[in-house]
Amino acid sequence: MEKTIRVKVNGREYERVVEPRLLLVHFLREDLELTGTHIGCETTVCGACTVLLEGRSVKACSIFAVQADGKEITTIEGMASHGDMHAVQEAFWNEHGLQCGFCTPGMIMSVEQLLNDNANPTKDEIRHGIEGNLCRCTGYQHIINAVEAAAKAKAGA
Amino acid sequence: MATTTTTPELKTYIGKRVRRVEDPRLITGTATYVDDIRKPGMLHAAVLRSPYAAAKITGIAIEKALALPGVKAVYTGKDVAAVGPVPCAGSMEDLRIPDHRILARERVYYVGHPVVAVVATDRYIAADALDLIEVDYEPTEVISDPEEALKDGAVRVHPEYPDNVAFTYKQAKGDVDKAFEEADFTCEERILVPRLAPIPMETRGVVADWDEGAKELTLYSSTQIPHLLKTQLALQLDMPEHHIRVIAPEVGGGFGSKCNVWAEEALACFVAMDLKKPIKWIESRRESIQVVAHGRAHVDTIEIAAKKDGTLTGLKLHIVCDIGAHHQLLTPIIPTLAVLMLPGLYKFRSFKASLVGAFTNRAPSDLYRGAGRPEATYVLERIVDKMARILGMDPAEIRFKNFPEPAEFPFETVTGLQYDSGDYAAAFHKALDKIDYKACREEQKKARAEGRLYGIGISTYGELCAFGPSPATPAGGWECASVNVKATGKVEVLTGISPHGQGEETSFSQMVADAFGIPMSDVVVIHGDTAKVSYGIGTFGSRGIAIGGSALHLAMQDIVAKATKYAAHILDVDADTVTFKNGTFSSSAAEQTLSFADVALETHLCRKLPPGTEPGLTATRFFEPSNFAFPFGAHICTVEVDQETGETTILRFVAVDDCGKIINPLLVEGQIHGGVAQGLGPAFMEGVIYDEEGQLLNGTMMDYAIPKARHMPWIETDRTETPSTVNPLGVKGVGEAGTIGSLPAFVNAVVDALSPLGVDHVDIPMTPQSIWRVIQERSRS
Ligand code: FES
Ligand code: FES
Repeated sequence: MEKTIRVKVNGREYERVVEPRLLLVHFLREDLELTGTHIGCETTVCGACTVLLEGRSVKACSIFAVQADGKEITTIEGMASHGDMHAVQEAFWNEHGLQCGFCTPGMIMSVEQLLNDNANPTKDEIRHGIEGNLCRCTGYQHIINAVEAAAKAKAGA
Repeated sequence: MATTTTTPELKTYIGKRVRRVEDPRLITGTATYVDDIRKPGMLHAAVLRSPYAAAKITGIAIEKALALPGVKAVYTGKDVAAVGPVPCAGSMEDLRIPDHRILARERVYYVGHPVVAVVATDRYIAADALDLIEVDYEPTEVISDPEEALKDGAVRVHPEYPDNVAFTYKQAKGDVDKAFEEADFTCEERILVPRLAPIPMETRGVVADWDEGAKELTLYSSTQIPHLLKTQLALQLDMPEHHIRVIAPEVGGGFGSKCNVWAEEALACFVAMDLKKPIKWIESRRESIQVVAHGRAHVDTIEIAAKKDGTLTGLKLHIVCDIGAHHQLLTPIIPTLAVLMLPGLYKFRSFKASLVGAFTNRAPSDLYRGAGRPEATYVLERIVDKMARILGMDPAEIRFKNFPEPAEFPFETVTGLQYDSGDYAAAFHKALDKIDYKACREEQKKARAEGRLYGIGISTYGELCAFGPSPATPAGGWECASVNVKATGKVEVLTGISPHGQGEETSFSQMVADAFGIPMSDVVVIHGDTAKVSYGIGTFGSRGIAIGGSALHLAMQDIVAKATKYAAHILDVDADTVTFKNGTFSSSAAEQTLSFADVALETHLCRKLPPGTEPGLTATRFFEPSNFAFPFGAHICTVEVDQETGETTILRFVAVDDCGKIINPLLVEGQIHGGVAQGLGPAFMEGVIYDEEGQLLNGTMMDYAIPKARHMPWIETDRTETPSTVNPLGVKGVGEAGTIGSLPAFVNAVVDALSPLGVDHVDIPMTPQSIWRVIQERSRS
């Protein structure tokens, strides 16, 4: 039943034996000990588990680890490099785009894709872009500010 | 991975938009929430819950589950009978507290009632094992609706009681009957305040770890009240309290739902001690919506009496509160807060209120952000609006007419509360100006002439916060802070509050940095670990800075006093001549100055110990507030309702809040935004729905809607700052303001929009469907 998979996560290769039913989010959190990716619902609604799979955002609770076999994944742990925060992280910090922080890793991953697709989104485009990510703390306003700030920072960089 | 960026160094921090010190770990995925904790040999627990709202348990077969490889143990109610009941802090004379065990015994009383716990080597196996357990239920009659539950002859939730009355509560003052007799106008409304699921994005979760050698139990729990939980666990488990350590690690939101003592907490501890293995239990979202105490759950009948000129004279309220089948920690107390806050910002002369808690076959209700005050504010602001309409008065005018003047503070309300300070008209004017109320009314005229449904909604709210004076709280209302200055001049703060998103690591660091003239990066704020912090009450009721910050303030005063003595001795001058400013001790009698760090070092080296002074530079202080604090504000909202679809668009939303003195405006705004979202959610989309059989109809996130980014208006915030007089910081508290103020503003706006159709009330949630239905009915009649 068990299957060997090989994935590249945050630039590092891993080979693991997994059960076919193991969700990608549990694989990341428990097998690879990358606990920055959170679980808020397990039913594809909240977006807390969002990671990038082959550069596109996916909800890691809605796919199996075996489906990621041979693929490349970026999690929140892979966003900062050499001690420097990623522009989106920095913007969330500066704009107070988080409170309890539980939705934040998933939110940041969705925003990363949003800005990759659309470097200069309007507020409505931002709202649409984070449609799949629920935040119960912030009312989203400071998150929208953060996305705008990140877009500006990226443009300037 | 970890960040090297630091907050830009400022000269002073209080009042500045300082970004948070908590954030680097949270935005890099390096923070540790409960589910991120792993212990060697750790096992995973899962809980089987009742699918029935009421049933007798006639048998439980666990053999198949036990036979599944990886399953280590199965527990039923009988196996955990030694664990004491889930606590309830109510104290009404007629309060009935049914025996509330951590796992059901002979009966189940609501859908989601925990029945069996399974422990296995991983969470998948634990989940598999639940499917293999066979519970024989004999379903019994269900009573789901709280008003039905109170009728004569209703099915009884707890057969041992003669009826479903859980408790009653009454308050009255003045001759309210006379006020109604002599009134020029009276009006009444029956208002539903539905059950709400708190839905913190992190569900509940625990890791219990038993150290057999040290006989020490450690519980990591996603809680707002680690210290109170520790005490309660000692009682439930009949264990010495000093052998229990509770740690609240990173907590992913609470909103009151984690200000509780939950069955699964004691359960995990019991199992960990029984198996001598660390036990992890992480709640699923489905369980969370099912059983994490729902908030609100009122059916309210409110009446007010007024004179022609708009003076409000009398107020009557009857609350039926659906408390569910069992009490949680504060279940009976929460609706009494609605009674206390009922008069809002107005000078009522008389009132009468009665409250009945009804047992139903539903999950327990308890506190949720605002806890009692959103209910009170909602029904009051609704009825005041209705009265204005009856009087032909502008809804702004009737509010101005009934505010107490600033000179009348401390102001005693008709319910006997002493409001500390306030200038209600000032905040309200600011909100009216900000939205340009006159222009909005003009716009409304134009819209109506064009047949568009445009509405303006006002809510002026007050709240009772900064919980609270101990005599008025069930488990002490004080807070504790220790300040330990290290030899290097770095400062460690230990606080009894337990923040979970509010950001006190930042705001407290700002306070310390200013008080000692040091950079914020020299301060660390420690909370949420009962082995580090001696004791505390926790974070709820908008009390973090008002109470916890005040304790810190007192401790810092002690530090400065002692350090000043040291400085004087070292400088060889009279202590009276020494001043401490911007981190420097100086004296008119000496040339030399000393930095805070210099003195800190001396207090540890003690080369020159002032006579009668002990080494070290630490202080622990407790702060007991003399009263609650009373924040207030005004929220105004404009909406347009689409006649064809019933869809409401919020055009503008203005929130002017007065939470007293402010440490960090950025964090205050964040609290308001989030609070407004939790007020607007129930206004147009949220609400737990049970059917007559007590089945929960929207028990997943697919069915229970909470606001997404596109549902939220842009919130235009502003503030007035009226210092509180009940704590040394002048802080009032802000955690709940947005939730309390926003709901009535939205509902009043929609009703205002629909008023040309003759509508004077629509219950929440005002979904497009419910509004469409109202429009259809009215257009037909
Ligand atoms: S945990 Fe994956 S969407 Fe909620
Ligand atoms: S910051 Fe708490 S859920 Fe978004």
